[in-house]
Amino acid sequence: MADAPRGRALGGLRPSGALLGVVPFFAYTTVFLLIPTLVVVIGAFVGTGGFTLDNVTGLFSAGSAYVTALEQSIVLSAVTALIGALVGAVLAYAVSTAKPGGVVKRFVTSLSGVLAQFGGVALAFAFLATFGGVGYMTKVLNDLGVSTGSGLWIYEWNKGLMLVYLYFQIPLMLIVFLPAVEGLRPQWREATETLGGTTWTYWRRVAGPILFPPFVGATLLLFTNAFSAYATAKAIVTQGAPLVPLQIDGALTSEVLLGQANVGRAMAMTMVVVVAVVMVIYAWVDRRASRWLAR
Amino acid sequence: MNRSLTRRLTGVAVIGLAAATFAACSAPSSSSGSSTSGSVNAASAKSAADFGGMDALVAAAKKEGKLNVIALPPNWANYGEIISGFESKYGIKITSDQPDGSSADEISTAQRLKGQSTAPDVFDLGTAVAMANTSMFAPYEVSTWSDIPAERKDANGVWVNDYAGYMSVGYDSSKVPAPTSMADLLKPAFKGKVALNGDPTQAGAAFAGVQMVSLAEGGTAGDIAKGVDFFKQLKAAGNFLPVDPTEATITSGQTPVVFDWAYNNAPISKQLTSWKVWIPDNAVLASYYIQAINKDAPHPAAARLWEEYLYSTEGQNLFLKGAAFPVEYDAMKSAGTLDATAAAALPAVTGTPVVPSQSDNDQATAYLKANWAKAIG
Repeated sequence: MADAPRGRALGGLRPSGALLGVVPFFAYTTVFLLIPTLVVVIGAFVGTGGFTLDNVTGLFSAGSAYVTALEQSIVLSAVTALIGALVGAVLAYAVSTAKPGGVVKRFVTSLSGVLAQFGGVALAFAFLATFGGVGYMTKVLNDLGVSTGSGLWIYEWNKGLMLVYLYFQIPLMLIVFLPAVEGLRPQWREATETLGGTTWTYWRRVAGPILFPPFVGATLLLFTNAFSAYATAKAIVTQGAPLVPLQIDGALTSEVLLGQANVGRAMAMTMVVVVAVVMVIYAWVDRRASRWLAR
Repeated sequence: MNRSLTRRLTGVAVIGLAAATFAACSAPSSSSGSSTSGSVNAASAKSAADFGGMDALVAAAKKEGKLNVIALPPNWANYGEIISGFESKYGIKITSDQPDGSSADEISTAQRLKGQSTAPDVFDLGTAVAMANTSMFAPYEVSTWSDIPAERKDANGVWVNDYAGYMSVGYDSSKVPAPTSMADLLKPAFKGKVALNGDPTQAGAAFAGVQMVSLAEGGTAGDIAKGVDFFKQLKAAGNFLPVDPTEATITSGQTPVVFDWAYNNAPISKQLTSWKVWIPDNAVLASYYIQAINKDAPHPAAARLWEEYLYSTEGQNLFLKGAAFPVEYDAMKSAGTLDATAAAALPAVTGTPVVPSQSDNDQATAYLKANWAKAIG
């Protein structure tokens, strides 16, 4: 506080060690965020004859496979984010009640740390080896007389892929939500009970409002995590490119449909738009929640 | 009895393909570039003569010592054996990058690594990708240039076909009954068992697979609605397996029926003796791949020597051994240099082979783009 007037007196443009300190940060974000975003956004509007809207309008033409893929990507991300958030939050609460530093807690948190990063080809292989057409569980179930419909469900985006995504969504939720749950003080519960509140009152009036913003934040993180996941889906789904990242992959690497690179950039731009919408919702929820909490 | 019939049919089909190949064949134009005097610029050499003969080319390539190839799976058209054959013959080390990459990956990698020592020296491309990128190729005519039919090469040596394949259905006879028509594949015995090598809107082999089914179902290579419709029925029957088949998925039994080039399907029989290759009657689809030299090749002499090796009797017979149909087949047959055992082992076909034209492919591509995802979604 005392420094503020002095800073003003010296002017805003003085050479500062503090400014030098953030150079690596800005250099990093320029190279890995700003430039790629510009490449995507500019490329999305470039055609063979210069500026064009065709790349973008082509995506949303009637009966376009891309619109279906976008819808499916959003549904897949939303469903796995919601289920992952609910299950992960309950697990996080259960873990938070375990003895601090105890074996259960350390085991579950480190396991989740590993599983949350377990994705891509390795995860896909694990599921195919277990539930695929010649997978171990498929064989065991068939031997027991339980038909799993030739194991094709594992390749469907709305069945197998959802299950596979949940496999990393739930542990991720546990990790990001655990600090919030651990922030709940036992004294708050005691205070509620002293004042005559029930367990329901405690969750409804005390813990719920405190946990709501981090819960929404974590859910939106899970949404974007699933929305941008590529390698896992690529390793499982070969046909029809049902999701946006797979559509982009097709646009960039197809040896049948050529010259689609800028259409791929237009697709990537729509992903940026979806994520931007998610960020705005988060900011809005966060502001409402914090205003309410401040009262 | 049965076997000799099969052999004879093979012979008929091969002659059929040869006839198609020679149709509209004029005298091969062999306009090799002017030979340079004095120092040799390997990057602009248009034939071995520009180096001062084969020996000088070999010496220049050995001096470079390295060659970068890209998107050549070892089990694709016998490329594994071709690569090791070249390495042991000339003592030049080959770096094989992204063996499972697509034709489009080859071009984008060459653009990305332009000017670097790791850039690909040579390409093996599908027709569509090759024709869209001819400005990236360096013209070169191999010493056997006149053995290559005129319509299988560019008049200026910018590109040249190397081998062709028939589209085929490979199946594991220990898991499924032998199919004799496309309708058989819709039966319950094939539930969850029929796979296509890739997404036809992305992979050339899968694209040709849909074209072949179209021919079998009474469509054409250009009007592929019947082919797409067949896969729609296959999906509805629960028989379509959306797995990208590889040697590993086939030998492990994950993909018991696979639509792929015969030169990919046939060699698998060596590891899985129950693996059979079937080419449906009157649905013989043949397609050539294209060979070209990167004009920014980091090892220009080695790249040219690689081409000489591929089009030598040795290289062409190695393609044939991998069940691919080498472009110099007819010339080698009349010269008596063809590997007769390998030629006899080519899969049996009945009917005239169809080589899709560019306009066929354009028409089929447009239809697939609009309808494939819906058909199997």
